[in-house]
Amino acid sequence: MSVYISEKPEGTLIAKITGEIDHHAARWLRMDIDTAINDRSPKKLLLDFSGVSFMDSSGVGLVMGRYKNMKERGGSVGLINMPDYIQKVMELAGMDKLLGGK
Amino acid sequence: MKKTKNEMKLIFPSLSENERLARIAVGGFISAENPTVAELNELKTAVSEAVTNCIVHAYRDTVGLIELTARLSDGGVYIKIRDKGCGIEDVERAMEPLYTTLADEERSGLGFSVMESFTDSVSVKSRLGIGTTVVMKKKLRSRI
Repeated sequence: MSVYISEKPEGTLIAKITGEIDHHAARWLRMDIDTAINDRSPKKLLLDFSGVSFMDSSGVGLVMGRYKNMKERGGSVGLINMPDYIQKVMELAGMDKLLGGK
Repeated sequence: MKKTKNEMKLIFPSLSENERLARIAVGGFISAENPTVAELNELKTAVSEAVTNCIVHAYRDTVGLIELTARLSDGGVYIKIRDKGCGIEDVERAMEPLYTTLADEERSGLGFSVMESFTDSVSVKSRLGIGTTVVMKKKLRSRI
């Protein structure tokens, strides 16, 4: 499990997560992503799930926490490249509205 | 009663790194039935949720043993996850979507909802100070 941070123009930060997201992994991912947010103060955070091979509801908590963090800074969060089965978990929490990164 | 084709039991300490061990063990166990990728993912997720509950809630400030039993029959897969932790005061409330006692730790309160969505049935028996047993059943539409 790891996260790769990259930046696009106009203040968009992309956090590409790879590996498995469970309760064990979420705490490390949370730390890495929040460090990048603090360092770079983006307007928008895109969480890229293309490299995620497993996710349980800990991933929902991860997204909700980053959503709250970005909202407090006046920013937004989008979810991109989400496999179908992970999307099903997000839909249970109503987080699918963040899909597509719009 | 449906005849048991295979059975396994795994006992492990409530360490978060064992969430992965539990779901991989169940994934490997049911692979003989040639499940679809969706069935495999759904069962692994449901197991991960139940084991995480043991670690995060049942054995909150301690480490205890988690017992996982899996059984395969013609009727599908049966999974039992048992702890001897603190127990759940109000099971009905704990199973409400988005209900969590640990919002500060970014727990979404969706564990039981995921288990219910990804299996055919979930039953929870709990006694305060004694522990909790979660039983999940799922039919497998094995590929030809």
